[in-house]
Amino acid sequence: MDYVIIIISSIFVNNIVLAKFLGICPFMGVSNKVNTALGMSGAVAFVMVIATLVTFYIQKLLVSLGIDFMQTIAFILVIASLVQMVELVLKKVSPSLYQALGIFLPLITTNCTVLGVAIEVAGKATYGPAEAAVYALSNAIGYGLALTIFAGLREQLELSEIPEGMRGVPIAFITAGILAMAFMGFAGLA
Amino acid sequence: MSSKISILTKGLIKENPALILILGMCPTLGVTSSAINGLGMGLATTFVILLSNVIISIIKNLIPDNVHIPAYIVVIASLVTILQQLMAAYLPALNESLGLFIPLIVVNCIVLGRAEAFASKNNVVDSALDGLGMGLGFTLALTVLGAIREILGSGSIFDLKFYEGDGIIGFVLAPGAFLVLGYLVAVTKRLSKKLDKKEE
Repeated sequence: MDYVIIIISSIFVNNIVLAKFLGICPFMGVSNKVNTALGMSGAVAFVMVIATLVTFYIQKLLVSLGIDFMQTIAFILVIASLVQMVELVLKKVSPSLYQALGIFLPLITTNCTVLGVAIEVAGKATYGPAEAAVYALSNAIGYGLALTIFAGLREQLELSEIPEGMRGVPIAFITAGILAMAFMGFAGLA
Repeated sequence: MSSKISILTKGLIKENPALILILGMCPTLGVTSSAINGLGMGLATTFVILLSNVIISIIKNLIPDNVHIPAYIVVIASLVTILQQLMAAYLPALNESLGLFIPLIVVNCIVLGRAEAFASKNNVVDSALDGLGMGLGFTLALTVLGAIREILGSGSIFDLKFYEGDGIIGFVLAPGAFLVLGYLVAVTKRLSKKLDKKEE
């Protein structure tokens, strides 16, 4: 039951992009096409679950050593190395996806979703490793959901007539605002 | 001399990191539910950009080229850790309301972006000016965004209430952040185009 609550609340109610404002840069950057959005979400999900599990134990280690103020530095180094690994694997396994994600793959390091979720989990005293993994995975799904819906909307936006000053980024933000409003409707589920 | 001034001022409107370059969107949207939060977040980020630009421009020749990004990240992460400790000690209330977004300055693209695009190629003085200018531009953007959301959403500015009763709550919540930022980006783009025309 606890898992169900974690899953529903992280995917819909406290959506990582539309309610918690994490990972906006790739949200704006790669969400032009549904395919790219799906690829990016996959990469983020993969990195996020592994990173959260690894940092979960690192946090325990830091606390037991009494140096938990080193959290930020330790976490970002772990995440940066993980991203490098994912990049190498993806380059080998799926060159076309690697091409499509381009600059945004190394930028997962500076994607605040991964570090943000890791820090959030480290702050939740009641979470064990299983809850941490479920929390990370459902946040990643929420991220993928927001990214994909938004990509679909933006594909439509390209065909519509928009006043000159609002073209590009401004209309994208306003669309995201309306989407966030729709997601607020899920607040009743909590 | 004029080039020094232009390094400092370009971050305010022409190359405003948040509104023109569209970098650092997470704190821009996440903490600007009030003007004071925007101001605090902006100044905290300015602290990190300024110092990371200075340190990186000093040590840029000591770092081997193929590990320069990890090295920059370590410098930035250390600065953020110092900032976290300082804020927890002296500004606990602000620290509380900015929450997760303080450690997340590490992954703010503006900081790494300036290190990579500017501090790694320029001398210490120019890098310091660039960091300060970009930081203040970011602060300006966050404060304006926070002020607009606070005025519309809770009828107050910098916590001074001027309107009794409820504001439009949506502007304090998530959708308002996206909507106001969208319009603000459109206005800034227009301003920066006008500035360009004036210079020609």
